[in-house]
Amino acid sequence: MIVHKQENHKLVLAKITTLAGSGLLSGPPVQDRCGFTLEIRAAAAFEFLRAVKQDPALRFEYFIDVTGVDYSTYSEPKPERFAVVYIVLSPLLGIRLQVVTYLPESHPQIRSIAPIFAGAEWCEREVYDMYGIRFAGHPDLKRILMPDDFDGYPLRKDYPLKGRGERASFPVYEATHGHTRNF
Amino acid sequence: MYVFQSEVIEEEDSTLHMNVGPSHPATHGTLRLKLEIAGEKVVACEQEIGFLHTGFEKLGEYRSYNQFVTVTDRMNYISPLNNNIGYALAVERLLDIKVPRRCRLIRILLAELSRIADHMFSMGAMTMDLGAFSSILWAFVEREKLYDVFEAVTGTRLTTSYTRVGGLAFDLPEGIEARIGQLVGEIRETIAKFRDSFLENPIFINRTKGVGVISREDALAYGITGPIARASGVHYDLRRFRPYLDYEEFDFRVPLYKEGDSYARYAIRMDEMDESLKIIEQVLQVLEPGPINFEDQKHVLPEKEAVYNDMESLIHHFKVVMPGGQHGIQPPKTSIYSATEVPNGELGFYIVSDGGSAPYRVRVRPPSFHNYQIFSKVLEGHMVADLVTILGSFNVIAGELDR
Repeated sequence: MIVHKQENHKLVLAKITTLAGSGLLSGPPVQDRCGFTLEIRAAAAFEFLRAVKQDPALRFEYFIDVTGVDYSTYSEPKPERFAVVYIVLSPLLGIRLQVVTYLPESHPQIRSIAPIFAGAEWCEREVYDMYGIRFAGHPDLKRILMPDDFDGYPLRKDYPLKGRGERASFPVYEATHGHTRNF
Repeated sequence: MYVFQSEVIEEEDSTLHMNVGPSHPATHGTLRLKLEIAGEKVVACEQEIGFLHTGFEKLGEYRSYNQFVTVTDRMNYISPLNNNIGYALAVERLLDIKVPRRCRLIRILLAELSRIADHMFSMGAMTMDLGAFSSILWAFVEREKLYDVFEAVTGTRLTTSYTRVGGLAFDLPEGIEARIGQLVGEIRETIAKFRDSFLENPIFINRTKGVGVISREDALAYGITGPIARASGVHYDLRRFRPYLDYEEFDFRVPLYKEGDSYARYAIRMDEMDESLKIIEQVLQVLEPGPINFEDQKHVLPEKEAVYNDMESLIHHFKVVMPGGQHGIQPPKTSIYSATEVPNGELGFYIVSDGGSAPYRVRVRPPSFHNYQIFSKVLEGHMVADLVTILGSFNVIAGELDR
């Protein structure tokens, strides 16, 4: 049974601090309800996630989630506009890890973790679909929820809630009995 | 964009390209599969999703914390109560408040009833797809009774919206405990009927044993959770991982199978329903009258009765409901990932707050999205008829898959 173990916190904290090394962005990992959250430089994220997965004492091999955040209108300053959040879990230690990285608006690109966690493939496609963040080395980076020919990234803060008129300009098709309908 | 093409598209060498969905009776939702078949064998399969994408996460950024509860109903529409509870818990953790004992127990009670409704439905639907029609009728009879309970408790059958941040919309109606107690026995009989009919049925065994095997390593790497992961030997249940509400108090087992095939995924749902029934019985024994809402009125909607009758509650009501900078719930400026065990697995909410009345970002980690990804890998090498078996055992809900 995979159970959260408070007593492993110390071990994990020491190990991940060493593994992250100079990649750590702002201060040491923060403890939360089921584990730790740490902010890490984008360039170091891939290697760090691979290291915590393969380390025999840690084994963060349970993939939970990858998601993105657009911090452009946030009330506090953040290092960069976009954030990519990775969540993994260690069945061995019973600890959940959140890894946060920041990507600049000018070049939102990060290395894909799909080679490490197969489940990240769809999640990264969704982040690409919603934020336009590119994942280098992804096996099949294309839109997943929005239509393939959709223009824009819906979850960015500068994209309006009601859309940019995509519904009004939807392709019109001919009904069989002569008149046209516009959806 | 989806372009309609005829069922069998083209022929090259000895393989055929076949299209399934997005609207197909066996998919129980809007899923599209592009198959490459050689004879009856599936050589390759490509999944296409997003047909039911509704922009729930975008909508969440424009709705207050309490308004988003109604959106969570529409995610997994088979068990909306679990989504309500998972979301309410996430916001309560963000605010760092703990709801009263009665509220926690009612939430457990309804979460487990809803889990049974979901498992019941998925089991009935799967065996119906395999050709046993009576099973879905048995399942629907029980689900109907459960929905009557939900209607009595929440006022609606499907879009329950029962939880509020820091409490519940209203207390249980009088006499519902007796009705639930009576239901437990009836559901047990139906589960026994399912067991007798399928678990030793040679046709069912032939069609499910060894079909769609997921290994433990794959389950971990793909982020598969819930009954599907537990059927593959991953002993992970959030009710035990880090107990929320009052789950640590109750005695229940987390079933585990090692085989990872469709048969194990079917059998484990029955075992889980047994455990849920056990929890329900224990909750009914300890359920006592008491307050259902967190006492701090800065975060929690006051009771409707009080809003109509006293000034202070009316002011609090307005403060919580009004949008804008100075109003609303106003959690601390932080982010939180909170997960609960719903019938399909881990339902996570990643909420970023900037101190306003609406979340800055709500990410929903739907279990179906992560569970369904492995489907094409599992299907390859199987017969076309196995598609229905495997899809049925996954219980993919398009509402939460596409959000």
